Amino acid sequence: MKRDWLPLLLIPALMIGALPLIGSPASWVTLTVAGLAMGLMIFIMASGLTLTFGLMDVLNFGHGAFIAVGAFVAASVMLALAPWMTADSIWLNLAAIGPAVLAAMVVSGVLGLGFERVIVRPVYGQHLKQILVTTGGLIVAEQLLKVIWGPDQITLSRPTALRGAFLFGDIAIEKYRVLAVVVGLVVFAALALTLNRTRLGLLIRAGVENGEMVEALGYRIRRLFVGVFVVGSALAGLGGAMWGLYQETVTAAIGAQVAVLVFIVIIIGGLGSVGGCFVGALLVGLTANYIGFLAPKVALGSNILLMALVLLWRPQGLYPVAKR
Amino acid sequence: MLRSILSDDLPRSRWLALALVAILVGLAVAPFLFPGAKSLNVAAKICVFIVLAASFDLLLGYTGIVSFAHTMFFGIGAYGVAISLTRMGAGWDAVAVGTVAGLLLAIVLATVIGLFSLRVRTIFFAMITLAVASAFAILASQLSDLTGGEDGLNYRLPAALRASFSFGDTLFGVRLNGRLLDYYLVYTASLALILVLLRIVNSPFGSVLMAIRENPFRAEAIGYRTVVYRTIASCIAAATAALAGALLALWSSQTNPDTTLSFDIMVDILLMVVIGGMGTMYGAVIGAVLLVFAQNYLQDLLAVANKALLGVPLLANLFHPDRWLLWLGVAFILCVYFFPAGIVGRLRQKR
Repeated sequence: MKRDWLPLLLIPALMIGALPLIGSPASWVTLTVAGLAMGLMIFIMASGLTLTFGLMDVLNFGHGAFIAVGAFVAASVMLALAPWMTADSIWLNLAAIGPAVLAAMVVSGVLGLGFERVIVRPVYGQHLKQILVTTGGLIVAEQLLKVIWGPDQITLSRPTALRGAFLFGDIAIEKYRVLAVVVGLVVFAALALTLNRTRLGLLIRAGVENGEMVEALGYRIRRLFVGVFVVGSALAGLGGAMWGLYQETVTAAIGAQVAVLVFIVIIIGGLGSVGGCFVGALLVGLTANYIGFLAPKVALGSNILLMALVLLWRPQGLYPVAKR
Repeated sequence: MLRSILSDDLPRSRWLALALVAILVGLAVAPFLFPGAKSLNVAAKICVFIVLAASFDLLLGYTGIVSFAHTMFFGIGAYGVAISLTRMGAGWDAVAVGTVAGLLLAIVLATVIGLFSLRVRTIFFAMITLAVASAFAILASQLSDLTGGEDGLNYRLPAALRASFSFGDTLFGVRLNGRLLDYYLVYTASLALILVLLRIVNSPFGSVLMAIRENPFRAEAIGYRTVVYRTIASCIAAATAALAGALLALWSSQTNPDTTLSFDIMVDILLMVVIGGMGTMYGAVIGAVLLVFAQNYLQDLLAVANKALLGVPLLANLFHPDRWLLWLGVAFILCVYFFPAGIVGRLRQKR
C-alpha cells in the first residue's frame, strides 16, 4: 500500500506558513515548541480513544473522566511529596514526579477496567446508548471526584527543576515543554513500534481493519479490546497528570474541557487512526498557539475552523480507516 | 376535538393521561395555588424547559441523533431578546427583532452544522456539536461588549410585563400585575409550541424521521434523502430551542452564560429526555417537570441526609446538597440500561 504523505506535509507547511506572519524568529521558535508540547500532550490523551473506536466501534464520551482522575491522583501524590518537589535537585524532583505519574496511570487504568466492565460492555454495537451511557459515566465520575477531593480547585506548582526556561540568545524555551515533547515522542514511538513491529500490534491493526475476520481466525478480540481500553485509559491518566502540571491547577471540569480538544483531534485524524491522531494533535496544538499569538480574540474558534477545513478536504478525516 | 388538538397522539395510559392533565392544570393555576416569587419562578422554568426538552427529543428520540449543541440554540434565542432589549430599549419591537434575529441565526447555524456533519455518521455529529457548542460558550463570554461577558445582561422588560404594571386589583388574593401576565405569556407560548411539535412528529415528515432512526440505510433505499430530513429536523429543533430561550429571556429579565449556555444545562436536558422517555413528546414533558423539581427540591432532601450523616467522612460528602447531579447521573445510567423507553414507555407498557 502506498503511504499517504500529504497530511504529514501539513505540519511543516503550517510551521513555515506561520513564520512570516509572526515575524520574529525567536517568538516563532517559542510558539512552535509550545504548540508541539500541547499537541503531544493531547495526542497522549487521544490515542487510546481513537484506538478503542477503531477496534470495537465504541466511542467513549467518558474519556475525559480518566484525564481528570489522572490529574487529581498525580496532584495528590505530588502534594504529599511536596518537600521533594521543592528540593533544588532534579533527581529528587523526578523522584516525586515519577511515582505521581505512575500512580495516575495505574489508577486511571484500573478505573478504565471497571468502566469498560460496568458502563461500556452492556451497550456494544448500540451507538446511541453508548453516547448516552458514557456521558452519564462522565457526569457521575465528575461528581465523585468532587466528593473525594472536594469541589475546590487544587493549585499545583511545577518542581524547581522544571520551572523557568532554557535561553538560547533571545530564544526562550520553557523547560517543562521540552519534557512534554520528549515524553510525547516516547509514547508515540512506543505505540508505533508496538503497532507495527509486534504480533500484538499486528492483531490490533487487523482488528481495526476487519474484526470479524480476526475472530474467525481464533483470536479473542474482546480480550484485546479490554487491554487496549485499559492502556488507553492509563495514557489518558498520564496525559491528565501532565496537563495538570502544565496548567498548574486541577479542577473536576478539566476532563470535559480537554475532552473537547481530544474529540476535535480524533475527528481531524480520522476515527480509529493513530497516525492521523498524531498529525491532528500536532496541527491543533500548533494552530492554537500561533493563532493565540496572532489574534487572541479568535483563538477559540481556530480549532473549529481547522476541523471544518480538514473535513471539507477529507470528510472522513485525514487518514480514514478503510472499513467504514 | 381533543384528538385533533393532540394530533391523534393520545397518552395511551391512564396514569400518563392523569399526570399530563395534572401538569397542564397545575401549571395553569400555579400562580393562584402557590403564590410567591420562588414557586412562580419554578413554574415558569418548568414551562420553558418542557419546550426545550421536547425540541431536543425531536432530535434524540425521534430522529436518533445526539446533539450537544442544543443549549447553544437556547442561548442564541435568549441572547437575541436580551441584546435587543438592552440596545433598543424596553419595547415590543425590540422583543420581535430579538426573537426573529435569534431564530434566523439558530436556523442558519443548524443548517451549516448539519450539512457538515450529518453527511457522514451521527457519531460525528455528537462530537462536532460538542466542540462547536463549547467554542460558542467561550465566545459568548469573550464578546463582553455585546453579551456582558460572564456576568451576562440585565435589562428591563416591556412595561406590560413588569411587576409595577397592574391591570386590576386582586383575584383570589393574587395581585394582577405584569408578572402574572408574563407567566401566562410563557405558559401559552409553551403550550402552543408543544402542540406544534406534536403535530410535526405525527405528520408524514415525523414518520420519515422515525424510519431514519430505525434504519437509515433502508430509509435512504426507499427514496428519502436522510441528510435532508436530518438537517431539517435539526433546524426545527434549533428554532424551537431558540424560541424557548427567548421565552426564558422574557421571563427572567437577565441572561447569562450559566443559565443558558453552560454544559450543565445540556446535561439537564439530556437527563430530562432520557428519564422521561425518548421518542415521545410526553416523556419530555414528564422529564422536564421531574428534573426542575429535583433541582429545586432534591437539594433540600439531600441536606437532611447530609445532616444525619455528618459524622461519617466520605458518606456525608456523598449526600452533600451540591451533589444532587451525582444521584441523577446514576439514575440516568440505570434508565438507559433498564428502562430505555423511560417513564412514559414504562407506563404505556403496563396498560
